Amino acid sequence: MIAWTIYITFVGAIVLLVLPRVFARWIALVTATAGFAVSLATFFCDDVDLAHFTTIVRVPWFPALGMNYHLALDGISLTLVLVTGIAAISAVLFSWDVTDRANEFFFWLLLVVGGSYGVFLSADLFLLFLFYELVIVPKYFLIAIFGSTNKEYGAMKLTLYSFFGGALVFLGIIAAYVSGGSLDLNQLAQFQFAPQLQSWAFPVLFLGFAVLAGIWPLHTWAPTGHVAAPTAGSMLLAGIVMKLGAYAALRVAMNLFPQGFQMWRTWIAVLAVIGIVYAAAVALRQRDLKFVIGYSSVSHMGFVLLGLATANVFGVSGAVLQMFSHGVIGALLFAVAGRMIYRRTHTRELDALAGMNLRQTLPFAAFTFVIASAASMGIPGFSGFAAEITILIGAWKSYPVAVWITGAGMVLVAAFTLRALKRAFFDVDGESAAPSDDVKQIPAPSAQVTSSAERSIHLEPITVPEKLGAGLLMFATLAVGLYPKFLLDRIQPAVEAMRFLK
Amino acid sequence: MSYLELLKLAAPEAIVVVTALVVLTIGLTTARALVLGPIVAVLGVALAIGAILILPAHANLFGGMLVISPLNSLFKIICLALAIATVPLVSSEKSLRNPGEYIAVLLLGSVGLMLLVGSEELLMIFIGLELLGLSLYVLAAFDKTDVGSAEAGLKYFLFGSTASAFTLFGISLIYGMSGTTALAAIGQKLTTLPLQPLLAVGIVMTLIGFAFKIAAAPFHLWAPDAYQGAPIPSAAFIASGSKVASFVVLGKIVLVGFGPVHGSADWHAMVAGWSPVLAALAALSILLGNFVALAQTNVRRLLAYSAVAHGGYTLLGLVAGGREGFSATLFYTSIYAVTLIGAFAVVGAVRRETGGDNLQNFSGLGAWSPLLAACMSIFFLSLAGLPPLAGFFGKFYLFSAAFRAGGNHGLLWLVVVALFGSFVSLYYYLIVLKVIFVDRQSPSTPQPGQSNARAARTSDLNVSTSSDVFSRITVTLLAAVVLFLGVMPQTLAAKIIASLP
Repeated sequence: MIAWTIYITFVGAIVLLVLPRVFARWIALVTATAGFAVSLATFFCDDVDLAHFTTIVRVPWFPALGMNYHLALDGISLTLVLVTGIAAISAVLFSWDVTDRANEFFFWLLLVVGGSYGVFLSADLFLLFLFYELVIVPKYFLIAIFGSTNKEYGAMKLTLYSFFGGALVFLGIIAAYVSGGSLDLNQLAQFQFAPQLQSWAFPVLFLGFAVLAGIWPLHTWAPTGHVAAPTAGSMLLAGIVMKLGAYAALRVAMNLFPQGFQMWRTWIAVLAVIGIVYAAAVALRQRDLKFVIGYSSVSHMGFVLLGLATANVFGVSGAVLQMFSHGVIGALLFAVAGRMIYRRTHTRELDALAGMNLRQTLPFAAFTFVIASAASMGIPGFSGFAAEITILIGAWKSYPVAVWITGAGMVLVAAFTLRALKRAFFDVDGESAAPSDDVKQIPAPSAQVTSSAERSIHLEPITVPEKLGAGLLMFATLAVGLYPKFLLDRIQPAVEAMRFLK
Repeated sequence: MSYLELLKLAAPEAIVVVTALVVLTIGLTTARALVLGPIVAVLGVALAIGAILILPAHANLFGGMLVISPLNSLFKIICLALAIATVPLVSSEKSLRNPGEYIAVLLLGSVGLMLLVGSEELLMIFIGLELLGLSLYVLAAFDKTDVGSAEAGLKYFLFGSTASAFTLFGISLIYGMSGTTALAAIGQKLTTLPLQPLLAVGIVMTLIGFAFKIAAAPFHLWAPDAYQGAPIPSAAFIASGSKVASFVVLGKIVLVGFGPVHGSADWHAMVAGWSPVLAALAALSILLGNFVALAQTNVRRLLAYSAVAHGGYTLLGLVAGGREGFSATLFYTSIYAVTLIGAFAVVGAVRRETGGDNLQNFSGLGAWSPLLAACMSIFFLSLAGLPPLAGFFGKFYLFSAAFRAGGNHGLLWLVVVALFGSFVSLYYYLIVLKVIFVDRQSPSTPQPGQSNARAARTSDLNVSTSSDVFSRITVTLLAAVVLFLGVMPQTLAAKIIASLP
């Protein structure tokens, strides 16, 4: 049944192109909701064995080369399908105001969503790569046509990074296919690859996927791309696309080449820890709200990679949980910054925002951002806490030093989140102090700041779709934060079944 | 061997020749050749395809001069299908003043393709090459009003005839060494011969001629000018049919004829033979083609340099050798040909509407012709090797064949070069798509899609609209084929694999 998530989404995308423009957003919403409903239904009826990568559909595609149209499901993929559905619905809701070339916009958006469902459910290496690459081009157009700041540069940078990762992955896949003689992930997971092959194929494959997960030092596409993207684009990028890389790294690289993974995992942990601390430190110095959130995404994805590198049940389960958690929180943060604030104030400069008294003019935005920040900082009760604590428990067993450094990193995360929160919403002295302060350094925003007093009155109120979308995301992070067992019970058995733990 | 039987086995070629003559007559007698010519040509070629299908599956005349085998028949059909796809482009090319003659030459070129594909003997192959080459020189220079076309024809002719001389010289040396010109016999003879310098020279010389035909670096210098200057259908035909046939023959020559002196292109274990030569050509073509394409601002030149790179990828399968490698090469070159005709058809349509084929002529194509833009993106993304299009599958097949070949993944270096090259290539393909979909015509400049087209329509209303419909249908069909072969690659790949002995 869950295979329908893919079909529904692609059919919806094609219907969008055919029907007139006025229906575009409704079709997109219906499609996204239907996909999510299907995944929820699968989640609640327990007829699939989630502890193993259970085949759902298997049709011969090209028998001569051993290609199958093969979809499978376990707890890990189900969790990620779920977060894809949530992010898709909220992304559509937060682009309710897109009217220019709306058909095209939602078409590209649904292609990204459908491709992501495909990646999470593929049990055939070729199919997985097909969906993986299918996501990249729509992403490019979504950003290059509909984006904002420096959009063509951001889009091209993001796309080239993705393609670079894709080329590495392609090499790794060919190596696995030729040596293992099969494309079936379950069969390949039984195959003993020669250690010499694993020693080079694993880093190639892992790094290729990890580019999309924002591994340091190949993370620079993420902030630029996030800033350039339209709101829904950033939400999908942070919410889903970065997860594709991490998921595929786990499902393909680590599971197929366990020995290679053992050889290289310390390096992965080192890169992950550097990523957490470095991105958090950089975020601390950003003036643009979206850049702050972009770097926070890199930092949070660092946790995912650290969790994967621990190679124990806690760490890896935590990593999967963190993928879910960051998918929701990242989408929420970008929604506030891109749709709620930027569309109304036309600036994302923290200094300019500080003078706008947004806490009173946009109370709902302030409320949402407080929740999102709390979740992002890892306050108990939100999903971020549950995920990061699980990762750190896992890391403590493998890399105690990493936990100490990461602890320092978490302080930085809290620092930049609070700084952004305060500057954007709660700068009490903003109206009096900020102009005199800013005139010396940046004249442009100061002009906006002085006029902000009268402008703040005209800000349009938060619309119903925005409230619905924000409500959905906040509910998700709270629900998982309060009762993480709900997901962990399904993730852990699937992780335990993976080969590198044995 | 009675002449009647010869005539029967060569019926497809004969039908195409007769069609060429009929089209020539039509061109001389009626003024409606622009409409009638293509129709007759398509019907004739379709008839020839039918004739190929009812011929016996195996036959061998005059020691390999005319061989009928599943492989040869399949590729004759593919070459003729490519010719059919090229013909509608002629009807929309208004700068061609003698469409009858043009189509007749195109058909004669197709006969050259059929001879080339259907022969396993060096002399006959050379005759096929020359017949094809001479037709293509004429086709490239056909637009007498355009200096670019004359330049294209002259460059193509000079480089081509030099390359032919090299090939002929190489063939003569090989004949001298082995005492025969039939490929199978050469193959047997070479098993006993050591690789002497004279033989090596003969092999390299022969390969040079083909390297020219497939535009592999450093023998690609004619390609950018020919692709840019020649009339659109000629460029499309040079890039598609000619390339497919050349790869089929090159594959047969190296794998059957020169099989014993394979050599090895493995890293750290190079052994002299033809495969290191082809590997070097491939690596050079991939790198040079892709990097130079980055700097192009004319879409046809860009396609030319990308063609150099694609020639390089396609050689990978031959370097890998064996049944799998050869079938990968054949599959890749076939889908590449289909894709490129489509891309040229779109370029032709844009050129008609905007009067040029530079990058800026494509800006806003997505707005004024969503159909052409969508088809162009299918062609370009397939060239870039993105799923779920045919090019992606082709690359996967090709690279995995190369990776498998050789001891201990010895061809890994070539696969890495090819992957790196295709990563670089994504940039320029994306730039074209960016121009098509993202860039908007600034309001100050006149909308090219309307002003020019309207002017054209007022001048000759009937021809313009009907030919536009013709070429649009062709483009859409080709895009559908590329998409279909991406989703269902086995329809073609299985046929190719089955046809290989």
